[in-house]
Amino acid sequence: MTAEHIKQKLNQALQPDTLEIIDNSAAHAGHAGTQSGGGHYHVTIVAEIFNGKSQVQRHQLIYKALGDLMKNEIHALGIHALTPSEKTKGTQ
Amino acid sequence: MDAEVKSRIEEILKNPVVLFMKGTPDFPQCGFSGQAVQILEACHANYAYFNIFEDPELREALKEYSNWPTYPQLYINGELVGGCDIIIDMYNKGELQQALASVDAVAES
Repeated sequence: MTAEHIKQKLNQALQPDTLEIIDNSAAHAGHAGTQSGGGHYHVTIVAEIFNGKSQVQRHQLIYKALGDLMKNEIHALGIHALTPSEKTKGTQ
Repeated sequence: MDAEVKSRIEEILKNPVVLFMKGTPDFPQCGFSGQAVQILEACHANYAYFNIFEDPELREALKEYSNWPTYPQLYINGELVGGCDIIIDMYNKGELQQALASVDAVAES
């Protein structure tokens, strides 16, 4: 199952404090992107590695970790990437 | 990456603001591209767009060029600003409006 697969790859590459994955694929069933089988997911990741990095750089780290999964299995990925201190402060 | 495609990408990125999207602003073919258009419209942005469905080669090459595997992708001054999530987040914080104003890409209302 892809959500498990996503979890494994992100845990391995980013060693997050927190990792939550929501599978929204059902909400998008039937539109063009899902016909090829790609799912819609949302991840919330809290990790030290994001410290000092811009949002673009954080997303790029995540995409890199997921590698080939982004080509087929994942059609769309919502990302919420925080450092542990941002999480505590409740900022985004 | 093919040098010809790369130079085509760089040519497009000379636009101060350009959105690479699925479909066109009038007929977006993906909800995320549609949302990006809505945000840019809400900012009264002057922007160029490129429909990646019209150029499969460039579509693949740009993913590699930017290390960003999905569309839409918004560029300001040749730099990747982000995809849909980041655009919305920046808009909510007023940062997108500032970035657009810094390249004179906001229409007089």
